[in-house]
Amino acid sequence: MSEVKASEGSLFIQHFFKDSNRALSYYLEKMNGYQAAKRVLTELTPDQVIDEVKKANLRGRGGAGFPTGMKWSFIPKQSEKPKYLVCNADESEPGTCKDRQIMRYTPHLLIEGLVIGSYAIGCKHAYIYIRGEYVREAKLLDEAIQEAYAKGYLGQGIMGSKFDLDITVHRGAGAYICGEETGLLNSLEGKRGEPRVKPPFPATSGAFSCPTAVNNVESLANIPFIMRMSGESFAKMGKIDKSGGTRLISLSGHVKKPGVYEVMAGGMTLRQIIQDLGGGMLGDKRLKAVIPGGSSAPILTADEIDVIYDVEPLQKIGTMMGSAAIMVIHEDTDLVKLLLRITKFYAHESCGQCTPCREGCHWMESLLHKMIKGEAKMQDLDLLVEVAQNIGGKTLCALGDAAAGPVISFVKKFRPEFEAYIKGQKKYA
Amino acid sequence: MSTPLSNKFYEEMKKLESRYPNKKALILPALHQAQKEYGWLPKESLAAVAEYIGVHEAQIREVASFYTMYNLKPVGKMHLKICTNVACCLRGADELMGFAEKKLEIECGETTKDGLFTLSEEECLGACTAAPAMMANDDYVEELDIHKLNAYIEKIKEGGVRS
Repeated sequence: MSEVKASEGSLFIQHFFKDSNRALSYYLEKMNGYQAAKRVLTELTPDQVIDEVKKANLRGRGGAGFPTGMKWSFIPKQSEKPKYLVCNADESEPGTCKDRQIMRYTPHLLIEGLVIGSYAIGCKHAYIYIRGEYVREAKLLDEAIQEAYAKGYLGQGIMGSKFDLDITVHRGAGAYICGEETGLLNSLEGKRGEPRVKPPFPATSGAFSCPTAVNNVESLANIPFIMRMSGESFAKMGKIDKSGGTRLISLSGHVKKPGVYEVMAGGMTLRQIIQDLGGGMLGDKRLKAVIPGGSSAPILTADEIDVIYDVEPLQKIGTMMGSAAIMVIHEDTDLVKLLLRITKFYAHESCGQCTPCREGCHWMESLLHKMIKGEAKMQDLDLLVEVAQNIGGKTLCALGDAAAGPVISFVKKFRPEFEAYIKGQKKYA
Repeated sequence: MSTPLSNKFYEEMKKLESRYPNKKALILPALHQAQKEYGWLPKESLAAVAEYIGVHEAQIREVASFYTMYNLKPVGKMHLKICTNVACCLRGADELMGFAEKKLEIECGETTKDGLFTLSEEECLGACTAAPAMMANDDYVEELDIHKLNAYIEKIKEGGVRS
């Protein structure tokens, strides 16, 4: 399990991995709990809060990296309908388990973030949509919310202000696509978690057809820090333009010390993360490849890891930071089999609304099956890439692109491995 | 009219009603609560949920069938769901699955004859840094290896399942 390795300036990690830290008393005493919310509710206007978050360069931590302050500013100021803030705690991108640590060890940080965010956009009832498998985390959140109600940090007239807020934890039931914000909103409304046609975007018509902001757990948990230290100071923590604060990284696969770590945004290269935080390669084997941002991120070869680990540098080399889930792969790994596993996942999770994704994912899966069984011809490899290219950009949501990216990048960068199966040089073991 | 759901179901739902702007939003919570009663969702319980929400039974089935956690068929007392997604796969999940199938003498997706175990393959559980992992009913079991999995199964065989 992860060990606490707090570097200077880290915000979260020093509070993780100890069960007693989740208590309200710890949050109040050791983390200046609810002080930021108190100041916001009594001294600042909603617009001032949004401006501060904009200055912080807080990028959404769920995967798309959209600036949180900007998202909040899209919520109409005047609305006859209620407005909603929905926390996306679906954390289902393969490789990702950072939000789980926030909910387990610092649930009040998330609650305070929701209080501040709700005030900023004018929401009276916020929802935390948590993936169904996180049974324990949902229970812990419920307990923390009850604590907060009991002490007046939630409910009517929070901390002597005129602001009221309720928070409800809503459990999902096992569907990757509910991490997509409009799929999530449908699921919250008691429907199948199928993504919606956009526009309208959630900011104008989201939960229950009302203006809605959907933010990731880590994004919201950063809000109290921003309001305590100022947006400018938070932005300065980032070592790279446009990225403020720190990033929680889920480091898994073939490293000596897998774990959740925290780095200054843009403060380390991928190689440094693997070496210095992960303790190097498991069994001192050679590095073969890295999936740098959850299973949807195009794969990198061992030669491509001297890249600053942040949004733009990764984009520049054709991949993405996504949910900051790094999966490290050593030399003994069969990448054809691994790609088959990834593709099977997307085929299983495709909601089925869009033909390119529904049919394409299954088609790619069956082509890869054929390859592994030694029944494929060389043109099947080109067909595989062609199918992938015909999914990308042609679907309602990003799942289609997420399924296509790995296929295209695996074949492009590790083509000989696929050819070995086709030529019969390699057999399924 | 007799109902296959207990009073507790209706009490729990009553507590949630004021948390949502309409009753349809209670479908997921209601299905979770209903599943607690039998460990799965028999047709009669879906009908009872439909009646409670005030929609046609088909609408409840339509929703329930979308989500993998709602069991529309009976499952064993202990449902083992081994994650075989990327991070767990890199750490030996396939070997674990093979071992579990052999040990329980069933294939993935099946239930043992005594009704004690169901074995399933699971997509990413969000336990990637403690891979490989599985869910055993509502609990996570992490940093698994064959030895640990064997001991876990033996313990259930001897002591049964705590409810």
